Amino acid sequence: MFDTLSDKLESVFKKLRGQGVMTEDNVKEALREVRLALLEADVNFKVVKDFIERVREKAVGTLVLQSLSPGQQVVKIVHDELVALMGGGEDNSLDLAAKPPVSIMMVGLQGAGKTTSCGKLAKLLKSQRRKPLLVPADIYRPAAIEQLKILGRQLSIEVFDSQADQKPVDICSKALKYAQLSGFDTVIFDTAGRHQIDDYLMDELVQIREAAEPREILFVADAMTGQEAVNVAAGFDERLGITGVVLTKLDGDAKGGAALSIKAVTGKPVKFVGLGEKLDALEVFHADRLVSRILGMGDVLTLIEKA
Amino acid sequence: TKTHESIVGRIDSLLLGQKQIDADVLEELEEILITADIGVKTTVELIRTLEQRLKRNELKDGNALKAALKQEITNRLVQVESGLDIIAAKPFVILVIGVNGVGKTTTIGKLAAQYRLAGKKVLLAAGDTFRAAAAEQLEIWGERVGAEVVRHKEGADPSAVAFDACKAALARGCDVLLIDTAGRLHTKVNLMEEMKKIRRVIEREIPGAPHETLLVLDAATGQNAISQASLFKEAAQVTGLILTKLDGTAKGGIVVAVSHEFSLPVRYIGVGEGVEDLREFEPQEFVDAIF
Ligand SMILES: Nc1nc2c(ncn2[C@@H]2O[C@H](COP(=O)(O)OP(=O)(O)OP(=O)(O)O)[C@@H](O)[C@H]2O)c(=O)[nH]1
Ligand SMILES: Nc1nc2c(ncn2[C@@H]2O[C@H](COP(=O)(O)OP(=O)(O)OP(=O)(O)O)[C@@H](O)[C@H]2O)c(=O)[nH]1
Ligand SMILES: [Mg+2]
Ligand SMILES: [Mg+2]
Repeated sequence: MFDTLSDKLESVFKKLRGQGVMTEDNVKEALREVRLALLEADVNFKVVKDFIERVREKAVGTLVLQSLSPGQQVVKIVHDELVALMGGGEDNSLDLAAKPPVSIMMVGLQGAGKTTSCGKLAKLLKSQRRKPLLVPADIYRPAAIEQLKILGRQLSIEVFDSQADQKPVDICSKALKYAQLSGFDTVIFDTAGRHQIDDYLMDELVQIREAAEPREILFVADAMTGQEAVNVAAGFDERLGITGVVLTKLDGDAKGGAALSIKAVTGKPVKFVGLGEKLDALEVFHADRLVSRILGMGDVLTLIEKA
Repeated sequence: TKTHESIVGRIDSLLLGQKQIDADVLEELEEILITADIGVKTTVELIRTLEQRLKRNELKDGNALKAALKQEITNRLVQVESGLDIIAAKPFVILVIGVNGVGKTTTIGKLAAQYRLAGKKVLLAAGDTFRAAAAEQLEIWGERVGAEVVRHKEGADPSAVAFDACKAALARGCDVLLIDTAGRLHTKVNLMEEMKKIRRVIEREIPGAPHETLLVLDAATGQNAISQASLFKEAAQVTGLILTKLDGTAKGGIVVAVSHEFSLPVRYIGVGEGVEDLREFEPQEFVDAIF
């Protein structure tokens, strides 16, 4: 249906073949296409703007490699810069190197996929021979506690017995004590969805952080999120100091450009991606895969990688 | 913060002391619209329209430009005279669909509350038999608002739930039947087939039903909402939109493109998690909030 970005870039550079060096002019035209592709993938416009500036500096004056067309060359620069921005090659594993029990806290907007991700993460950790305890601390959403209890039953993983008439902070401190006494080495805290501008509920998260002493605070973000991803992520990060991101619902056709925005404003790595509703649908994040997805050009890139 | 700066503020500072509107200003406007998730395509169209009006000398200053822009956006929102006319059939059957976590079940609870307040007899169908505690969630809403719930066991066939709910709504003389469905990504062929089957069962059991098929969209969603609307409309003859979570910082601008491209009115907006947090959609108010 749509021309791929590389097709568009090829046409921009038709004239350049054999010319050798990329100039201000033809790079400008190419970057207009890159900018549109990123905006259509929901990358925040300010993030796009800064990014395009960086690529421009890199691209102008670059010698076109023998093995690549100029269009491919720009794609390669854009791709490599995006991977760098996404923290490609950086360590994005969970940091659980602390005296057990180690706590992990899940936070994010309503419906992002926190509770499901708690279940998925518990399953993953169990497969790595850890002994996780799941803690439902969402007393607001109808049947949120029951939801996590059902997931725990499916996974044969214990779920702390919270009640909706308890205070979330109390649930969390009790659960942590229980975990210490009962030999759990990992505690996963599920919190209620909330907007980053909801002062009361954001305060509650700060209190929960004090009670749960989390080693990891994972911000769970829906891959379909648009331009607001920057404000939401910055809001959670400023208030709580998140340690990483879980990008959910990537099993659809969303480009997931929000992940770039989130990384750009918080600097925190995406650690996992959610690829389905089932509890095994969690994978470690790969920056290059997301970048290929955003640019919509998996095949082209494998060619370029070889160049 | 800077990013929270209102668009009006930015347009104003853009145009302050500037009687002439030039290409730079339009470019800046483009960015402003994109930030509200209006989308690149719609933004480019809007800007092009403004440019034409500019050439015809219709827009003299910043205020005229702003007003014209608002008007152009409002024009794209499909308008209907009133909210849902549930008197039109008995039981009036509403099918609620959408991707995961957008607010389908909550919206059903809020709609049910409104109909109960109006003295209607309401039945809820727990058509999400997949997600953990989905039926329990709907049952709690049923208790809250005073509506009965038809449910099966987890893992049951959702069209069997729809079937039973239709029968029950007829037998009990209900005014409204609200049918919840599991969240599903529009790209999942088997889940979309499952939804079509639910629809077919409803059509067969109650001629003319579902009288309304509501697609729920999350205001924080970006460009993907277009793909959602396209595939859900194709599969389930969507008749209206619900835009949820407008109480956050997201503007929900993507609904402008969705409403326009698929000729769908926005029926209601969600502005919170409480039972009363459902409003009728006011295009003017919505556009003002974007700016
Ligand atoms: N397709 C898909 N669906 C997902 C994924 N992760 C979660 N979901 C679904 O998204 C919906 C919301 O998930 P929850 O885990 O309840 O989200 P939450 O953040 O806990 O929601 P609240 O507690 O209400 O804020 C459910 O229908 C999940 O099955 C994913 O990676 N892919
Ligand atoms: N702030 C806010 N939260 C909302 C609104 N509508 C729904 N929510 C919240 O969003 C989350 C998901 O809502 P649900 O009604 O469970 O969404 P759903 O579409 O039924 O989800 P699945 O069945 O898992 O696909 C819950 O935490 C709701 O309380 C709204 O208008 N504003
Ligand atoms: Mg939850
Ligand atoms: Mg639901």
